[in-house]
Amino acid sequence: MRISNHWLGQWVDHGLTVEELGHRLTMAGLELDAIEAAAGAFTGVVVGQVLSVKPHPDADKLRLCLVNDGGGEPVPVVCGAANVYEGMKAPFAPVGATLPNAFTLKKIKLRGAPSHGMLCSARELGLSESSDGLMELPTDTPVGQDLRELLSLDDHILEVDLTPNRADCLSLSGVAREVATLTRQPLKVVEAQPVAAACDDTFPVRLDAPADCPRYASRVVRGVDAAASTPVWMQERLRRAGIRSLGPLVDVTNYVMLELGQPMHAFDLSVLRGAIIVRRAQEGEVLKLLDEKDLTLSGDDLVISDEEKCLALAGIMGGAASGVKESTRDVFLESAHFAPMAVAGRARHHGLHTDSSHRFERGVDPELPSLALERATQLLCEIAGGQPGPAQVEESQGHLPVRTTIDFRPARANALLGADIAPPVMQEILTRLGCQVNDAQTPWRVMPPSFRFDLAIEADLIEEIARVHGYDTLPTHLPAVQPQVSWLDEAQVSTRRMRACLTDLGYLEAVTFSFVDPEFQARFAPGVDPLRLANPISSELAVMRTSLWPGLVKAAQYNLNRQQERLRLFEIGLRFVPQDVELKQEKMISGLVCGPAWPNQWGQPDRTADFFDMKGDVESLLGLSGLDRQMEWQACEHPALHPGQSAELRLEGEVIGWAGTLNPDLEDWLDLDTSVYLFELKLEAINRGEVPRFRGQSRFPAIRRDLAVLVDEGVPAARVVQVIKSMDYTALQQVNLFDVYTGKGVPEGRKSLALGLILQDLSSTLTDSQVDDMIAAVVDKLQKEVGATLRA
Amino acid sequence: MESLSKLTEAALNAIKGAKDLRNLEDLRVHFLGKKGVITEQLKTLGSLPVEHRKQAGQAINQAKQLVNQALDQQRSVLEAAAREARLASETVDITLPGRRQESGGVHPVTLTIERMERLLGQFGFQVAEGPEVEDDYHNFEALNIPSHHPARAMHDTFYFDAGTLLRTHTSPVQVRAMEGQTPPLRIIAPGRVYRCDSDLTHSPMFHQVEGLLVDEGVTFAQLRGVLDTFLRAFFEQDDLQTRFRPSYFPFTEPSAEVDIQCVHCGGNGCRVCKHTGWLEVMGCGMVHPNVFEHVGIDSERYTGFAFGLGVERMAMLRYGVNDLRLFFDNDVRFLRQFV
Repeated sequence: MRISNHWLGQWVDHGLTVEELGHRLTMAGLELDAIEAAAGAFTGVVVGQVLSVKPHPDADKLRLCLVNDGGGEPVPVVCGAANVYEGMKAPFAPVGATLPNAFTLKKIKLRGAPSHGMLCSARELGLSESSDGLMELPTDTPVGQDLRELLSLDDHILEVDLTPNRADCLSLSGVAREVATLTRQPLKVVEAQPVAAACDDTFPVRLDAPADCPRYASRVVRGVDAAASTPVWMQERLRRAGIRSLGPLVDVTNYVMLELGQPMHAFDLSVLRGAIIVRRAQEGEVLKLLDEKDLTLSGDDLVISDEEKCLALAGIMGGAASGVKESTRDVFLESAHFAPMAVAGRARHHGLHTDSSHRFERGVDPELPSLALERATQLLCEIAGGQPGPAQVEESQGHLPVRTTIDFRPARANALLGADIAPPVMQEILTRLGCQVNDAQTPWRVMPPSFRFDLAIEADLIEEIARVHGYDTLPTHLPAVQPQVSWLDEAQVSTRRMRACLTDLGYLEAVTFSFVDPEFQARFAPGVDPLRLANPISSELAVMRTSLWPGLVKAAQYNLNRQQERLRLFEIGLRFVPQDVELKQEKMISGLVCGPAWPNQWGQPDRTADFFDMKGDVESLLGLSGLDRQMEWQACEHPALHPGQSAELRLEGEVIGWAGTLNPDLEDWLDLDTSVYLFELKLEAINRGEVPRFRGQSRFPAIRRDLAVLVDEGVPAARVVQVIKSMDYTALQQVNLFDVYTGKGVPEGRKSLALGLILQDLSSTLTDSQVDDMIAAVVDKLQKEVGATLRA
Repeated sequence: MESLSKLTEAALNAIKGAKDLRNLEDLRVHFLGKKGVITEQLKTLGSLPVEHRKQAGQAINQAKQLVNQALDQQRSVLEAAAREARLASETVDITLPGRRQESGGVHPVTLTIERMERLLGQFGFQVAEGPEVEDDYHNFEALNIPSHHPARAMHDTFYFDAGTLLRTHTSPVQVRAMEGQTPPLRIIAPGRVYRCDSDLTHSPMFHQVEGLLVDEGVTFAQLRGVLDTFLRAFFEQDDLQTRFRPSYFPFTEPSAEVDIQCVHCGGNGCRVCKHTGWLEVMGCGMVHPNVFEHVGIDSERYTGFAFGLGVERMAMLRYGVNDLRLFFDNDVRFLRQFV
């Protein structure tokens, strides 16, 4: 909402500087966005009249003009504007005048012709962002008058950002009322006298949807001059509010909306047939709007129609056929009350947002239509002439908004605010706000004014009191915190601890979008139908991720393209997996490794990271909960992973994660020329460890025996270790796989595994023969279970 | 006997001149070994008159003792020298960098959220979480934003279908918390939120932290106290000015927006604060009775306050980041700055 401070001053003597006023409004909940000057900083510009226009002998686009600036002598001016004509009145900057860019005019020659001043456009004076040629002034404007004075340009515009509850401030009078309340100054109401009818013409109105439109004020005005020009003062007020002047008929309705807050509409009476009917649209009915767009309507839409056709989308936008034009002679003025629910959502549904819908969906004072109608008629007749018919008001009393009193307890207000405001102060504030307060007994009965749609319950009144009293004048306390001791779940590994583990291993945490490119998604998880956004922000962010990998890989790609070749990234976040009944939103912890295993340094040979660097990091992470010992890594097939380097992580049979090397097909598709290693684990499957339980330790020496066995290459090493562990020797403390070898000395198709077995008994020193027996049994078992032979 | 003393003297001189431990050992063998020249002297005892033997024996033993002492002494001198030499040879250039992994780090959004969790944790707020794909009821209806409410237009919601959406704020977590527990309640809900809006200052995904306190006797004054304290602690600035401005949120009444004195210019006015001296950092208010009604909490007995803030905005102010989009590019050169 843009408010002219000058105009506001005509409604209320606030006595504040524009900055102070802005601050007061901000602190009362009408947030000031900006203060703008109504015009650029120019001086010396006057009203000029073009006396003659001749072509410039040496330039096609320039004209030689003589201008009367009120000084007596005609002034020669070279002008480049296309719209200049003889007799035109326009702002003129004579020699010595200064324009907003601090440019001072001097006598010059343009292509050889003298030019002693400049005819100006609105843009050149800082009055608009753009302009089409010279700014034309009405013919009755006095020549030579200072333009700043003529247009009252020494004004400021307060741009106020209104919250949706403050529909009552969507007008000059509404803001003035608020300022009057805040500054305790009287409001100078602009009286709109009822206009006497100059003819008897009326036009019937029927309310077929009285709940949506319970009140419809209207009037016929005959014989208006639609070509009359809107007075400069009105054009200026419209301009300062950000509204373009579109001829007197439309300007008047817009002006009244700005002034009083009542959106209005002017129909061309000659187009209307039979009667105005306010009704719901028929399913599929089509309406061509003012902006020439065809709208297909449904029974949810409220329309203004006549007996033949649909005329306007009620409270939102008029139709193209029935609007006023320059040829319009007879006008039908509409000033109606539309219920918020009849407009709310409908404009948005059709992709429309107008000054009118903005107001109606937030609530317009139902008492305004008649007042606005009188004001508009008065202005219209002043500007465009015409004979007004009698005012007509059609209404359905039973459907008008019912105002109810609100029970209000001063003690409750103080209790909620933690304040100590005296009840008479509260009473005074409510009254200033326009409420009728009956404080004869508690609770008080408070009747809010008709323009405050947002005041419905006690809490609303409490806010009003706090707001007008000033939030900053209210006390501040700290709550007395009752300790709430929650048990610290010791077995739980916190997400913070997991983050710390990975960052200590050199990982950086990434945050990638939860919606991903459908093509990435399809390539990483073919066969999974992801959740699709109905209104994605772009086609590349259109489906919900079912894995964090696409985002991480994309981040890797971004960094690799910027010469960052050593990457350790992780992310924690939800993945979204559609399931039969409901969507699973599952928290994952995922990581990515590529590039050198170590940062380049003197003390480590350079080596590229591989699967086992990534796996080691995953094991460290699992080690936080002790699950590294229990986790089964099983070779698997995964579309995103290398067929020979992909693992499923299982815990008691259940898959809780995946790890592997990015599928080389994807690597090619993404144009990565480096291997990428990925892991992804269900966070909630790995964040539970155990509370430590002391077990005692042996006082007897440990014995280590090393075994080198040959097994077929296809036998997983984990299987060999598992066979040994399954023997359930209590003395077997540890099985350490310390070498894997194929090559010379090992038969084709076999591999050699070197295992260190550490044996230790809790109650005695193991004898050589005991150990020998155990090792023999191990060898025997390995032979039977996995076809292992001792390496010679 | 003269020869013994000469011998001794020769031995002591030789020992003193020994250059290394091996040389010293040779000298020991030469003088005191089984066939050493001093040991040999003992064999001469038998040829001495009985009355002289004792004295002569004592002299020889004394000489052996002297030589032994000299040997020990020289040995420790030589050992110390050898050790010194060895240690000198083991000197390393301690200015060479250590053998190490790089240090990683958490995302600045996490850094900020964890900081907020710790600060607000001191007031007893505990972390709660909720789904990001939300239903219309929890994101809007239960928060007193019915379907035609103009406030919905401000939310730029991502939809899946009519009833399912991406949460536009973390406020639905307060509804879920109140549905599941009875007061007193003290929760904060950090997390991702989504709005269908993308430009220089808007990201379609960003983070919020929501706070909720419900108990008997909770006041607006307490809300101000908690937020004032929190903001001062967050920016580690004891004299940080804050101001509460009336505002509007459908789920709180009274509602307020909280401004802090611009942390960039100290309130003098700059580009960051658009020359107002103030920065808007959060929204808050007293829980609206309609919200309590939706979750079945008696609004006469209990009152509560709620607040919500944008994590990226707070991180930008705290760490001086000047472009929102940096948070989601995941450029490691950016991320490493928060290690």
